[in-house]
Amino acid sequence: MNRKLLTGNAAAAWGARLAGIDYVPAFPITPQTEIIETLSGWFERGELQGRMTVLESEHSMITAAGAAAATGVRVFTATSSQGLLHAMEMIYTVTGWRAPFVLVNVSRGLSSPITLEPDHNDVLAARDSGFIQIHCANCQEVLDTMLIAYRLAEHQSIRLPIIVNLDGFYLSFTREPVEIPDQSEAREFVGEFDPGQIKFRASMPESQAVAVLGGSPYSYFRYETHLAMLEALNVYPEIADEFNARFGRFHGLLECFECDDADYLFVMMGCFATKAKDAVLRLREAGIKIGLLRPRLIRPFPSAAIAAAVSEKKALAVIDQNLSIGKGGILHAEIASVLYGIGQAPPILASFIGGLGGRDISQEEFFEIAQTLINASKTGETPPPRLLYTAREFKELKNLRAIAQVERQQLKENQP
Amino acid sequence: MFNIRFHGRGGQGIKTAGRLLGTAFFLEGYEVQDAPRYGAERRGAPMSAYVRADRKPINARGIITHPDLVVVDDSLIPVPAAGVLAGIRPDTVLLIASHEDDAVWRSRLNLKSPILTIKPSEGADPASVSAACAGASARLTGVIRKENLIEALEDELGKLGPALLKANLDTVLQGFESMSAHQGLVRQSEAIALIDYQKPEWINLPLEASELASATIQGAQTSVQVRTGLWRTQRPVVHYEDCHRCWWVCSSFCPDSAISVNEEGFPVIDYEHCKGCMICVAQCPSHAIVAIPESEAQRLERQGEQR
Repeated sequence: MNRKLLTGNAAAAWGARLAGIDYVPAFPITPQTEIIETLSGWFERGELQGRMTVLESEHSMITAAGAAAATGVRVFTATSSQGLLHAMEMIYTVTGWRAPFVLVNVSRGLSSPITLEPDHNDVLAARDSGFIQIHCANCQEVLDTMLIAYRLAEHQSIRLPIIVNLDGFYLSFTREPVEIPDQSEAREFVGEFDPGQIKFRASMPESQAVAVLGGSPYSYFRYETHLAMLEALNVYPEIADEFNARFGRFHGLLECFECDDADYLFVMMGCFATKAKDAVLRLREAGIKIGLLRPRLIRPFPSAAIAAAVSEKKALAVIDQNLSIGKGGILHAEIASVLYGIGQAPPILASFIGGLGGRDISQEEFFEIAQTLINASKTGETPPPRLLYTAREFKELKNLRAIAQVERQQLKENQP
Repeated sequence: MFNIRFHGRGGQGIKTAGRLLGTAFFLEGYEVQDAPRYGAERRGAPMSAYVRADRKPINARGIITHPDLVVVDDSLIPVPAAGVLAGIRPDTVLLIASHEDDAVWRSRLNLKSPILTIKPSEGADPASVSAACAGASARLTGVIRKENLIEALEDELGKLGPALLKANLDTVLQGFESMSAHQGLVRQSEAIALIDYQKPEWINLPLEASELASATIQGAQTSVQVRTGLWRTQRPVVHYEDCHRCWWVCSSFCPDSAISVNEEGFPVIDYEHCKGCMICVAQCPSHAIVAIPESEAQRLERQGEQR
């Protein structure tokens, strides 16, 4: 068994390597750069056969990824944050080409103000693009999900690109023990890419960007993409079961931790969910029946699986590491849309915003969220949305602001 | 679980020290999580590294708020942004790399925590101090055997070639041996239980005026406030007898505008903000600026004050 300490970035690179990628269009950005560095080292030393090209921007990088995928080769690329946003025009465009590839996004909060640390607003900006989205919570899951992602993306009835998401810093730069599957086992699992009709070639003209006016054909093509993505909900479990049978690790549509007999659930995505697991174990020691529900697939959204998992629970706390400005937590709204109309929907659905720009979520805060659910369950009233932000943090912010105010005053005084 | 926090400066081997300790724990059969923490990569700026090790899979993640062992370069203790003493408990062990001895730090810090020091040899480069600290920490945990520490070092530094590996090996093992009297001093701790928890003091953020609530900096005050001179590990010193008063080369090349020219045409370095990049040393046509280790410069300053 080859079990090593790997960062999330190295795990992503290993996943791409084991999947047998042919082509990597690249552009560096913190905190994703180590993935590209690792792959380029392997290419240079001949440990990995294939080709890497550094493009002049993420917009070109995604164009190159989609175009290369349209020739029927296996493509991998990676970005983060502002890079993903810079590529956004092409992120939407390439999904309509129905050419599969895998893009790793290393989550990092968006400007402005600028940060390097993680939250999920970057990847959720691509939520409606037609990319399948799988969110990981530890480094092993990153590697395993890469292999699963190629199988899913290249499946005959799906043919869509996939974003595999990992959190910057807390996964990307964090080493954890990772079991690296055997190369031949991994290749056998992923299989050869059978491109079928995907065969864009020199001297064989083909247009991917046809104009369709009038709305009706446009509706057809867009809805077909939607149906293909929904089909992934049927295909995914088969692939996950096969992965489990071969490698002994199960990665479902959802992770349900201590959910079965739970009265209360934390609902989270990404790697801070492992912190919630610790809180669940501690709360259960004190006799509180609580669990964690973590959707791994965000697109397609596993609505039926979520509805089944939360049915008959007393209260849910959705902890969003993102903020839809002017609405609130994005996962909260998504979960709410699943609950409407199901018979045994939990009466309490509370919203918490935490971990923006990598802000820590403490054990105490998980305990307090659990307490909030217990209280709300007694009164039957859902509490208002809550930003995890303390008096002490506000005081520190005011200290910084005091400096800025002095500056402004001095500037005013110095003006002629 | 062992919760270990290293504090150091960018480019001085703190990340490697953390990885070395993490790998050594892993070779002992522990589940491990290790990670460096820094902002934009900047040589000399305060940064930290975390190592967690446990017999069970680790669910904790991110910053270590309550460390069992803090390893720190003494120059960082007075730097507020480094947060060296944040979250320490009476049983948190402090290992300080310092030319001063334990007793000085015990009286200076007045903490209940056990304090140990590791003395860098004269003129030792900071990376080797980090390596010694990694060896010392391994001994303090009491669960890492010497052979696994050596294997971890070969894993982490083998690619640098046999000469550097040998030099580091000697340093790491010296650190390891220096703590033999304190083997096992570091105690593992568990995450807080529900009964002990303090309610977080959450507040509802008020809506504030947009000019207050925009992240805008309109002047240089912030740059003045942040004493980036604390990042310096080498200090440029002007030998005025060699200075030809060209007046523009060093001051123009300084990327931080930390060199001004006085009325006589001599350059004056603002040590509050000079980060020690040494570009002025490289550019000065008459070689009138020399680099000396910051620790040495501070020692000379202290001597001057005493006289």
